[in-house]
Amino acid sequence: MNIPEGLLYTREHEWVKIESDMATIGITDYAQFSLGDITFVQLPAPGADIQKSSVIATVESVKAASDVYAPLSGKVARINEEIVANPEIVNQSPYEKAWFAVIKTRDLSEKQGLLDQYEYKKYLDELNA
Amino acid sequence: MNYIPHTEEQTRQMLEAIGVSSIDELFDGIKPELRPKSFNIPQSLSEQEVISRLSRIAQKNIVSLKNFLGAGFYDHYIPAAVDMMAGRSEFYTAYTPYQAECSQGWLQAIYEYQSMICQLTGMDCANSSLYDGGTAIYEAAMMAIRATGRTKIIMDSGLNMIYRTMLYTYMSNLNIEFVETPVIHGQSCREEIFRYLDEKTAAVVTQNPNFFGAVDDHSDIAQKAHSVGALSIISVYPVSLGMLKTPAEMGADIATGEGQSLGMPLSFGGPYLGFIACKQALTRKMPGRIVGAGTDREGRRGFVLTLQAREQHIRRERATSNICSNEALCALRAGIYLSLLGKTGMEELARLNYDKCEYAKDCVEKIPGLKVKRSSPTFNEFTIALPRNADVVVEKMIDKGFAPGFPLGKFYKGMNNYLLVAVTEKRTKEDIEQFVQALEKVL
Repeated sequence: MNIPEGLLYTREHEWVKIESDMATIGITDYAQFSLGDITFVQLPAPGADIQKSSVIATVESVKAASDVYAPLSGKVARINEEIVANPEIVNQSPYEKAWFAVIKTRDLSEKQGLLDQYEYKKYLDELNA
Repeated sequence: MNYIPHTEEQTRQMLEAIGVSSIDELFDGIKPELRPKSFNIPQSLSEQEVISRLSRIAQKNIVSLKNFLGAGFYDHYIPAAVDMMAGRSEFYTAYTPYQAECSQGWLQAIYEYQSMICQLTGMDCANSSLYDGGTAIYEAAMMAIRATGRTKIIMDSGLNMIYRTMLYTYMSNLNIEFVETPVIHGQSCREEIFRYLDEKTAAVVTQNPNFFGAVDDHSDIAQKAHSVGALSIISVYPVSLGMLKTPAEMGADIATGEGQSLGMPLSFGGPYLGFIACKQALTRKMPGRIVGAGTDREGRRGFVLTLQAREQHIRRERATSNICSNEALCALRAGIYLSLLGKTGMEELARLNYDKCEYAKDCVEKIPGLKVKRSSPTFNEFTIALPRNADVVVEKMIDKGFAPGFPLGKFYKGMNNYLLVAVTEKRTKEDIEQFVQALEKVL
């Protein structure tokens, strides 16, 4: 399972890349693998106000529709239209091409409680133990 | 397997497991005066005695009336092949296909049904059925609310009262604003609809032909709704689509309706069939499932449940709908019925219904003191103004062997003298003439 360093992770299998006050969000390699072939992605509206832990996106695979939760609060600055048009990118490139949204964060202290690369790996190991 | 659910020994073990000594102790929490003294159940009877008693009760039903009653449910002829084919045990004994891909026959039947509903309404996709026409309206309204993020629904009061009541009931605990607009001379009142139509409106819901049988073209309403970002929902009577403009041609985003007239017998409360169809863009907002056709890796055609990811058995809490159920056997009947009639058959059926109704209108109108409302064209159903209370007329007509129509005073204030009369292809010229004679006598 690919877990790049330099990103933060949630227990709901989202990844976050924080650059100054902007947070790019996606779902992890583990998440895309568990879901199987992704057929549809529903993204938030640009400009939408997002609360930490609220649903920001929905990912549909062949037999499930799963929610993606916001790891941080803020305003949606940009969304990745390309994954709406070609949802299979989420399976092919979960960390590079398949980012979901960029959020202008409101409170960077919220990142406490997110997992780093090692903690997330340990968490996955426990899940699959 | 024994039909007796538990033996005395098992009852004792269960009581022991929860730590009470007797059944009476189990009900200690309920005050003695609140407990039933007796269940008033008569002594048991033999099978023969039961049958005889129940048939005596059943004979009190009057089933031989000539039916001129519509108001949402219509007495159409059902070809014998519908019963024969829908009664095949492969279909009849099967439950909704959760082991979907094993049930290729069922899936194909549902796929064909969906395709026919799309052809009939002109819409892009249809789901694999709902409980009834009222549930379909509710689901359509919820789709509009989800798609627009708005909470106001404008409803034409020409929409069947049962549907309106269902909408209010289902939505009573949601924060939704309803506006009901009047019908004037049989037609949707544009002025009122447009007055309430604004940036908060999720959808405008209309019905064609409306509850009074009046035919209207709702294209302008759909267009105006779109201009403020609201959706147009049109409930249709499927038989009428053999000759009337389809909801798609009027610009509707969602089409719904009651499918009873497509091969379902009239019965007190159903089972009936709700259908819903929408434009491509709204597909994922639609409840229930869609069956799609595909090919397997060897190139063979096969059928799959393509859109069920938002269904309640997969996504319980966040499902698109938790009251959506597959009326598969009714959908199958509709599919068989439509395939037997075909495109030209549906056109002929619609024409026959229309012509017979027009003939009935002309005949009824000759009765002195009675007025046929002619402010709008109608499809197989029309309103007459009687010189006396419609309930009384209905009762007298029943004595003469007719179910003469629906007294509008039941649903509309100030319409106690109005009767809604439906004429389907099953009524012969003779039936209509006898109906007119009887009506003339009872007035």
